[in-house]
Amino acid sequence: MSPRMWFIVRRLLMTIPILVAMSIFVFLMIRLVPGDPVTTMLGFRATPENVATIRAELGLDQPLIQQYLDWISGILRGDFGQDYISGAPLSELLAQRLPVTLELTVLAMVFAVLIGVPLGVMAAIRPGWLRRGTGVFVIGAVSIPDFWLGIMLVLLFTATLHLLPPSGYVPIAEDPIGNLRYMILPVLTLGIAEAAYILRTTRGAMEETLSAPFITFHRAKGVPHRTIVFRHALRNASLPIITVIGIQFGVLLGGAIVVESLFALPGVGRLIVTAVNQRNYLVVQGGVLLIATLFIFVNLVTDVLYVWLNPRLEGSGQG
Amino acid sequence: MTTMDVTLSDGPDVAPREGRVRSALGRIARRMGGREAATGMLILGILILVALFAPWLAPHDPEAIEPGRVLAAPDLAHPFGSDTLGRDVFSRVLFAYRVSLVVSVGSVLAALLIGIPLGLLAGYRGGWVDTVLMRPLDLLLALPAMLLAVSLIAILGPGAVVALIAIAIIYLPILARVIRGSVLVVRTEAYVEGAKARGVGGLGIMRRHVLPNSLGPAIVQASILMGFALQIEAALSFLGLGTQPPTPSLGVMLAEGRDVLAQAWWVEVFPGLAIVLAVLAFILIGDGLRARFDPRRLAE
Repeated sequence: MSPRMWFIVRRLLMTIPILVAMSIFVFLMIRLVPGDPVTTMLGFRATPENVATIRAELGLDQPLIQQYLDWISGILRGDFGQDYISGAPLSELLAQRLPVTLELTVLAMVFAVLIGVPLGVMAAIRPGWLRRGTGVFVIGAVSIPDFWLGIMLVLLFTATLHLLPPSGYVPIAEDPIGNLRYMILPVLTLGIAEAAYILRTTRGAMEETLSAPFITFHRAKGVPHRTIVFRHALRNASLPIITVIGIQFGVLLGGAIVVESLFALPGVGRLIVTAVNQRNYLVVQGGVLLIATLFIFVNLVTDVLYVWLNPRLEGSGQG
Repeated sequence: MTTMDVTLSDGPDVAPREGRVRSALGRIARRMGGREAATGMLILGILILVALFAPWLAPHDPEAIEPGRVLAAPDLAHPFGSDTLGRDVFSRVLFAYRVSLVVSVGSVLAALLIGIPLGLLAGYRGGWVDTVLMRPLDLLLALPAMLLAVSLIAILGPGAVVALIAIAIIYLPILARVIRGSVLVVRTEAYVEGAKARGVGGLGIMRRHVLPNSLGPAIVQASILMGFALQIEAALSFLGLGTQPPTPSLGVMLAEGRDVLAQAWWVEVFPGLAIVLAVLAFILIGDGLRARFDPRRLAE
């Protein structure tokens, strides 16, 4: 097996204990709640019969190991349990919410790449005011909390210019244009700080590549500037950029929790926040499990992609 | 919001231009990382004083409800206007810095307090000690920071103290990793070898030689993480999961003003700017210090 394949196999195997540990944490969440979680969760519905029924349904009277095995085998069959407040199966609830979260995070990442990569390249090839300008943009975008940026965007585009709706959602299948109108502000809110990270990484990677000996060699050969920048430098700089996109995608999943709540988007993040506020532990558990699994999966793909694309790892002993 | 490498600028162009700054601030600035860090420290110093002396500086009682001034626009007596209950926004911002700064600084200090010994031991001893100490911490990185915070709050219940603990747990693996990374470099230095040859014990070497020379990158990271911690605390409070009303908190103020944004912009603009100013101070300090404690320079 080539060292590259060996690394990928090892990385895949490493994901299993991570998933198991994460699932144990999520499983224990509800059991770690001080007091009786079932009574807290049911609130005014907590009649002795209801509490007893649900305790039995959750298997809370069985040994912890048995409870975990029952729970995880249910999850693996797609059975996340039931939301005792709305009465709906959790898997249905999550399946409804996930597309919204994915649309938000993917669009925000696309926006961030479309802004961050070109600006980063330009800042690297034209030092001077552009470089200083992007420096200010990076520090500013990182200092501004995303939810406040969102509020300010609402103030500008909704309250002042009356261009966009302040919050709400229509499914993309129902009304694609309407969906986009609802998505613009959340995507900007989530995407601007990401654009700053991608810009900074692109700029750094491009500057490093452009000062490499092979670029000087190409220049000496008389290769046109444009070809050097786009064909040679950007291709070599793409590795750190892809890594940052992967890492930051997970950060976006976390950011979606806040942004979905701010714009009343019916995604998994908002579901979790509402459930935490209602002490609806089962829904919290399902939502956290879903987002965390997605996060671990994205990290896995990023690492594998990094190794796959990195020519330096080809044939090297350590991979 | 949280990545392993959160420094922002990539050049050490922070030497003060005025060569003859005689003031104490100038000397500290030059020693600590230049104009950028000095600006950050100045802002942060003022904000800490504001938080400490809020009862004397605030022109009004931050909790006093004035029905006659509901959503009143800014004027000379109320420079930031009044909120949905007629409370003075300026006075509330001054008081809100208390929670913001305690949670942001406190959470990172708590993470350092545990992370420094862990990272030091893991990096210096290596081998199975490293594995036993660092692997469980790595698992914390398997969740997005915000999701981990929300999960912990789901267990422990909302509140400022819980937010502090949650943020400390998020940052613990990051800071322990940074310390471990610089310890790995420092432990191969000649002066460490020399101390070993002189027969200094492991603990003595770690305390006297390795630790002081490994702290730089962690201090840089800690400063920037304090800025992000302040943002996380505000976001959690905004969601109703952090500081609880009526305690003045910047996140709670933003949540309360959200529905009246169109009528009263001041209720949302000023608390938000207050967050940005504080985060900027931490980031400027961290970024300025980075020029001095660059981990890459350590590796040379």
